[in-house]
Amino acid sequence: MDPGQFFASSRVLIVAGKGGVGKSTASATLALAAARTGRSVLLVEVAGRSATASMFGADAPGYEESTVYDEADHGTVRCRSITPDDALVEWLTNHGFSRIAKRMAKSGLLEIVATATPGIKDLLVLGRIKALEAEGVADLIIVDAPAAGHAIQFLQAPVGVRDTARTGVLNRQAVEVIEMLDDPTRCRAMLVSIPEETPVNELIETAFAVEDEVGLALGPVVINGILPPIDGLADEPPASLSPDEAADARMAADLRRDRIALQTEQLDRLQARLPLAQIRMPQLFTTEIGPTELHRLADAVEASIEALEDWA
Amino acid sequence: MSGPAPASMSTIPSYRDLAERCEVIVCCGTGGVGKTTTAAATAMAAAAMGRRAAVVTIDPAKRLADALGIGELGNDPTVIEGPWPGTLAALMLDTKATFDAVVRRHAGSDQQAETILANRFYRNISTSLSGTQDYMAVEKLAELHSSGEWDLVVVDTPPTRDALAFLEAPKLLTRLLDNPIYRVLISPSKGVLRAVNRAATSVVRQLSRVVGAEVVDDAIEFFQAFQGMEDGFRERADATLTLLGADQTAFVLVASPRADTLVEAKYFLDRLGKADLDAAAVVVNRVLPTLSIDAARAAELQALHPGGPVQALADHAAAAAGDDDRIVDLLSAAPGATVARVPLLPSDVHDVDTLRRIAELLTEG
Repeated sequence: MDPGQFFASSRVLIVAGKGGVGKSTASATLALAAARTGRSVLLVEVAGRSATASMFGADAPGYEESTVYDEADHGTVRCRSITPDDALVEWLTNHGFSRIAKRMAKSGLLEIVATATPGIKDLLVLGRIKALEAEGVADLIIVDAPAAGHAIQFLQAPVGVRDTARTGVLNRQAVEVIEMLDDPTRCRAMLVSIPEETPVNELIETAFAVEDEVGLALGPVVINGILPPIDGLADEPPASLSPDEAADARMAADLRRDRIALQTEQLDRLQARLPLAQIRMPQLFTTEIGPTELHRLADAVEASIEALEDWA
Repeated sequence: MSGPAPASMSTIPSYRDLAERCEVIVCCGTGGVGKTTTAAATAMAAAAMGRRAAVVTIDPAKRLADALGIGELGNDPTVIEGPWPGTLAALMLDTKATFDAVVRRHAGSDQQAETILANRFYRNISTSLSGTQDYMAVEKLAELHSSGEWDLVVVDTPPTRDALAFLEAPKLLTRLLDNPIYRVLISPSKGVLRAVNRAATSVVRQLSRVVGAEVVDDAIEFFQAFQGMEDGFRERADATLTLLGADQTAFVLVASPRADTLVEAKYFLDRLGKADLDAAAVVVNRVLPTLSIDAARAAELQALHPGGPVQALADHAAAAAGDDDRIVDLLSAAPGATVARVPLLPSDVHDVDTLRRIAELLTEG
């Protein structure tokens, strides 16, 4: 599949996965890969305190957006974060409740409302994303969603609120967000995992929950941290190595072989249990991810997308 | 200062000491760093010393059952049989069931309990409110600790970016009850409050326009039904907070050497420190085995001998480069903590034998 076509198939991509699998790295990589096809991309962080901006070599985003990537012949990537509290106050203000918004924030009433209507904050974050989509602020909006477990809760919030607040303006907001989530031309989820047993199990659970309980269409899954194979791993280390170096090389080769065997087993299991295409991102063996590493990951994502079959 | 008092001023209790002497160990840290595994291995280490240890997991994913190689865990401790002199038990926190039990315990009558349990606002609190999981984990911990059946209770905290979410959890409900609006909602017609009520009524009316009238009615019904139970909840919250801050309670920070998780780990230490709760131990999981050469030498060798085992060596050295520096940097933020490094294992942890190996690695150093 052509990467340009891939990134044009939905206007919002929600990137979700459990903690520690590289969800933010995947979000940033997808944003860069999309920008390299000429698109303007808005990368939205929901969890806050995330590292995506620094991967582009920029400062952390505030509530206001900032441009983190803008290269000639490519599109752009802008970053911003949306916090639930800000989204709630903003929404109340926009709906003619500015007086109550201030009062609620001050008196702690906000907490009671949030308790009475669980999911209200998640809904309003999604509502803000829906508004950005409607305004056409970018060709593609990529959302770095909260960690799984939370991801399901986050995506189920609109249905929960619709059923709790059965009248009032909040109900209308919930219905509008559900319309966006239900339409694959507007919104898809991409789940991220690593090729290890527990993360793969959670990926499968999350995938079924997202489709069955939320009704959100799933794009390909992103598998991060793939160890590249090495030819001749079982060979003896070269004779010119010192005994210590040779012992280290054997140990590293054994560990690599074991980890690759584990990875192959998990990738096969995932393929058998979850019939979704896979986009693979290699392990980089670097300690930090900056612009250079991000481009290397985007190369791998592009190659993965080119190998996908068209779904249109 | 948390953790048992050191034997002398100059010694930091080892991980072994913690597993041997503590009554409560709280494992905290971000997701994906092996927190659940560490919690289970810690309880297992205590069982190996002949103690009666229970581990509570609050993770919605069934990771602990996976690691223990058993199918299902319930809301009460399940004893895991194995070749250890003590007792090892595990449970998977059922947030709603635990909350229901707490309400029943504090209610003045069965009828009061049933009214609350049937209320929709309560059902929201007990199932979907963020923080409820932490709150009920602390409740469960306090319940197991006070039962006298366990020498050590280990708790695996939910993945969160904020260490203090767990510490603030016991106040979840009392904070709602301390809200001035609560007093107004429960006494809508008392004379002295009439003026306050006029303002409150206008707030309630506006609220109804936002969230719908049923939601507001449910909330008012909940607060009215709750009357008489406030003191019980407050006392319990105070008692559990005291337990969390007690000398026989230790906080263990679990991390991995990856740059992003160490940033989060430092933030955790900072938050714990601000609450006067120093981490008694830092566990760094998934540490790559140490090499005799550095990354630069490995890269040199790789240039001479591309591919094969030397490539594996160079990748390993590059990935490990800086890990040590970052771990040392993290530890500088926790001067009073003992450190346990658990190497990256060749397979996933999904059986009792691997867990025992980790328990040994934690306590031998």
